[in-house]
Amino acid sequence: MPVVYSAQRGAADAVLRAEGLVFSYKPREGELPPRVLDGVDLSVWRGQLVAVLGHNGSGKSTLARHFNALLAPVCGRVLVDGMDTSDEKLTLDIRRHVGMVFQNPDNQIVASVVEEDVAFAPENLGYPSDEIRARVDGALRTVGMYEYAKHAPHLLSGGQKQRVAIAGVLAMEPKCVVFDEPTAMLDPRGRESVVNIIRSLCDDLGVTVVLITHHMEEAILADRIVVMSEGRVVMDGRPREIFTQPDALQGYGLGVPETVSLLRGLREDGFDVPLGALTADECADAIMTAVGGAVLSGCENGDVAD
Amino acid sequence: MLKDITLGQYFPDDTVVHRLDPRTKLVLTLVFIAALFVARGIVSYALMLAALVCCIAASRVGARALLKSIRPIIAVIAVTAALNVFFTRGTPIVRLWAITITREGLIGAAYMVTRLVMLISGTFLLTYTTSPISLTDGIESLLAPLKRIKLPVHEFAMMMSIALRFIPTLIEETDKIMSAQKARGADFETGSLIRRARALLPILIPLFISAFRRADELATAMESRCYHGGEGRTRMKKLAMSPGDYISLVCGAALALAVVLTNMAAP
Amino acid sequence: MAPVIKTEKITHIYSAGTVFEHTALSDVSFEALRGEYIGIIGHTGSGKSTFIQTLNGLIRPTSGTVFFDGTDIRQSKERTRDIRFKVGLVFQYPEYQLFEETVFNDIAFGPKNMGLNAHEVAERVREAAGFVGLREDDLEKSPFELSGGLRRRAAIAGVIAMRPEVLIADEPTAGLDPAGSSEIIANIGAYRRSTGATIIIVTHSMEEIAQNADRVTVFDGGRIVMDAPPAAAFSRSDELSAMGLGVPAATAIANRLRARGLPIAGGIITADGLRAALRELRRGAGSA
Repeated sequence: MPVVYSAQRGAADAVLRAEGLVFSYKPREGELPPRVLDGVDLSVWRGQLVAVLGHNGSGKSTLARHFNALLAPVCGRVLVDGMDTSDEKLTLDIRRHVGMVFQNPDNQIVASVVEEDVAFAPENLGYPSDEIRARVDGALRTVGMYEYAKHAPHLLSGGQKQRVAIAGVLAMEPKCVVFDEPTAMLDPRGRESVVNIIRSLCDDLGVTVVLITHHMEEAILADRIVVMSEGRVVMDGRPREIFTQPDALQGYGLGVPETVSLLRGLREDGFDVPLGALTADECADAIMTAVGGAVLSGCENGDVAD
Repeated sequence: MLKDITLGQYFPDDTVVHRLDPRTKLVLTLVFIAALFVARGIVSYALMLAALVCCIAASRVGARALLKSIRPIIAVIAVTAALNVFFTRGTPIVRLWAITITREGLIGAAYMVTRLVMLISGTFLLTYTTSPISLTDGIESLLAPLKRIKLPVHEFAMMMSIALRFIPTLIEETDKIMSAQKARGADFETGSLIRRARALLPILIPLFISAFRRADELATAMESRCYHGGEGRTRMKKLAMSPGDYISLVCGAALALAVVLTNMAAP
Repeated sequence: MAPVIKTEKITHIYSAGTVFEHTALSDVSFEALRGEYIGIIGHTGSGKSTFIQTLNGLIRPTSGTVFFDGTDIRQSKERTRDIRFKVGLVFQYPEYQLFEETVFNDIAFGPKNMGLNAHEVAERVREAAGFVGLREDDLEKSPFELSGGLRRRAAIAGVIAMRPEVLIADEPTAGLDPAGSSEIIANIGAYRRSTGATIIIVTHSMEEIAQNADRVTVFDGGRIVMDAPPAAAFSRSDELSAMGLGVPAATAIANRLRARGLPIAGGIITADGLRAALRELRRGAGSA
C-alpha cells in the first residue's frame, strides 16, 4: 500500500494526524470488544481535500469523530495541529480548529432562526457581539444563504439546511472541516450545491477538508482518497490511482464511478482506453483517442465507397 | 393534517410593541395580570381595558386573532359567568322557579368575564408579538439572579429554545410515521377507547426512538460546536433597553398606581 | 391490457383557503400495467411524494379519481382500506417506523391488520423475509439489533408481507452504501419476478432506472411532464437538465461522443449499450 505524499512533507504540515489509532466501544459483558478502528495511521496535510471511502461499518465515521475530540483513542493518539485530542484541556481549542458537519441536517441545527444557529459556536467561544455578527454574516455569504438569515430552518430544503450547518461551522473560522456523509440525505440538487461549497472551501479559503462519503462521484473531486475497511486504511492515493483498481475497490464493498466501469468494459472488448478518465468529458476524450480516429476514417471510406 | 396546526403563536411584524425588549414585555404582562387581580370598580376596569386596547392597536395583531385565542376556553368563561349569575346573593331582578338572578350576580359575572378575557388577551399579546427565542432570552435574563443560588437558569432556557426548534420537526415526523403505519393497515379511528390507545403504540414507539436519536445526534453536534454550558458564553444579539422600554415601564407603573388609587377611592 | 392502477386528472391542494395554500398536483393522469416497472423522477417538491400517496388512498386528492382494477378506490370505506393492502407503499427511511419487539412481529403487523390467522401470518412473514434475505434467526432479534441496511430490508418486508399487487417505494436506497443499495434493488426485483407485481420506484438514481425500469415518469411543478421508456426519456437530456435532473453516465458520455463527431445512435442508457454501439462502429470501420 503506497502512502502518498508523506515523503515530501514534514510532520509539522499535518493538520490532522492519527498514529496507531485503536478504538472500540465498551463491550457487553462477556464479549470481546470489537475493534472499530484497528491501528489507523494517517496524516492529512494542510489545504488538502481528502475523501474517506468505505462501506457501512468500515470505521470511517468513528475516525471522523476522533478528529473532533468527540471520541478519544483506546490506543495510539490523534493530533490536531500538534494538539493531542486525549488532553481534555485542549478540547475546546481542537474543536475550534476542526469543525464538523454531520449527515442529518435536521439534527445539527440548534436554533429556530438561521442566523441564531450560525451564531451558536462563536457564542459558545465567548466572542463579543459585533465580532459574532461579522462572522455570522460572512459565513452565511460564503455558503450563499445570507438572504435566509431570518428564516426558520425547518422550512428550508435539505440542501439549504446543510449549507446553514456548514455556515455554523465556518463561523468558528476553523482550519479544517470534517464532513461526515454530508450529502447522504440530500437530493441531487442539494448534493451538488453542498459539494460545490466543500470544494470551494478548500480552493478559495484554504480550509483543509476531510470528506467522508460513499458517493464515488464526489470522491472524484478530492485531491486524495483514503479507503477504509475493517477499521484500517487499506488504500491511499490520488483519485486516478484509486479508481484504476476497480477489483480492489469491489473487494472492499465499494463501487467505481460509472466512467471507470464503462472503460473497464471497453478494455475487455479490446479497445485500448486508459482506466483513469474519471469525468464524462475525460472519458469521452479517452474513447475518441482510442476508437474515434479509426471509426471516423472508416466512415469516410464508407462514404467514398457509396 | 397535523401540519396545519399553528404552533408558533408569533406574528412577525415591526411595530412599537414588537420592538420592545422581551424583558419589558414580560414585566409589563406580569404587572398587568397583578393589576387585574387587584382591580375593583368600574374606573379601574376602564383604565385597564383602555391600556390593553391601546397596546393591541399599536401591535397591529388584530382583535380577530386575539378573540380566536379565547375560543378554546369559552366554555370555562361561560361556566364562570353562570356560577356568578346564579349563585350570588343580593337584590333579585328575575325569579324563575328555583332560580334567582340578582343584580350583584350580573355585575359580578360581567366583571369576571371582562377580567378573564383581558387576562387571556394580555398574555396572548405577549406571545403574538415576541418571538419564542427572544421570549426565552428574556426569561433567562430576568431569572439570571437565580444563578447565584445555583439554579440551572441557562440550561432551562436552552432546553426551552431547543424544544421550540424541534416541535415542527417532530410534528412532521409524527405525520410521516402515521402515514407509514396506515399504509400497513393501521386503524386509528375505530374501536373502543382501549383499542384506539393501543393503536397509538406503532406511532409513539418510533417517535420516541427517533426523538432520542435526534437528541443524541444534536448533543454531539452541539458539543462539536464548542458548547460547554452557559459559562463564558456570549450572545450575538444582546438584549438592550431603549428609551421606549423605559417609557413603557413608567406607563405600566403609572397604570398600576392608578388602579391601586382608584381602588382606594372606590367604595 | 387494462391498467392495474390508474389516475384520472387528480389535483391536490394543501391547506386550501389559507396563506399556506399550495398546489402539489395538478391534473395528473397516469396508468400502470400489471407487472410493469416504473421509475418516478423529479426534484424535491415536484409532487411525486404526494402522488404516490394518492395511489393507495393515504391522500385523498382534492379532485380527480384513482382507480384500482377499474374501480374507484373510494367506492366504499372497506374498499379504501383494502387498497392499502393491494397497493403497498414503502416510505422513505422506512426503518424509522419499526416498532415491535422482534423483526417477526414487525413484519407481521400488516398481515395481522389484514385479519389473517396466526398460521397465515407466519407464512407471510417467512415468505417476505425470504425475499429480502433475512435469516431465520434475524426474525427473533429486535429490529434495532440489525445493521442499517438489514433494518431497511426488514421494513420493506413489512410491506411485502401484505403481498401487494402494486409495490411502491419512495427512494428505497437513500443513504445506503453501494452494496446495500444494490441488494435492495435486487430484493424488489425478486419480488416482482415471483409475483408479477407492478413496481413503482421513486429514485434519484438514473442508473437504477436505466437498468431496471420499463418506463420513466417525470414530475415537475406538480405535473407529469414526461412519461416514456427510459431510452426515449433520457434522449431529452436538455429538458431534463433544465428541470435539475440528470441522465445516466452512459447517456452523458454518448452525447459527448456524438458532439465530438462519432456517429453513435441515440437511446443509449447503459454502459453495456454504449459498449455494444462502439463495437458496432468498430466492425463497420473494419469492414470498410
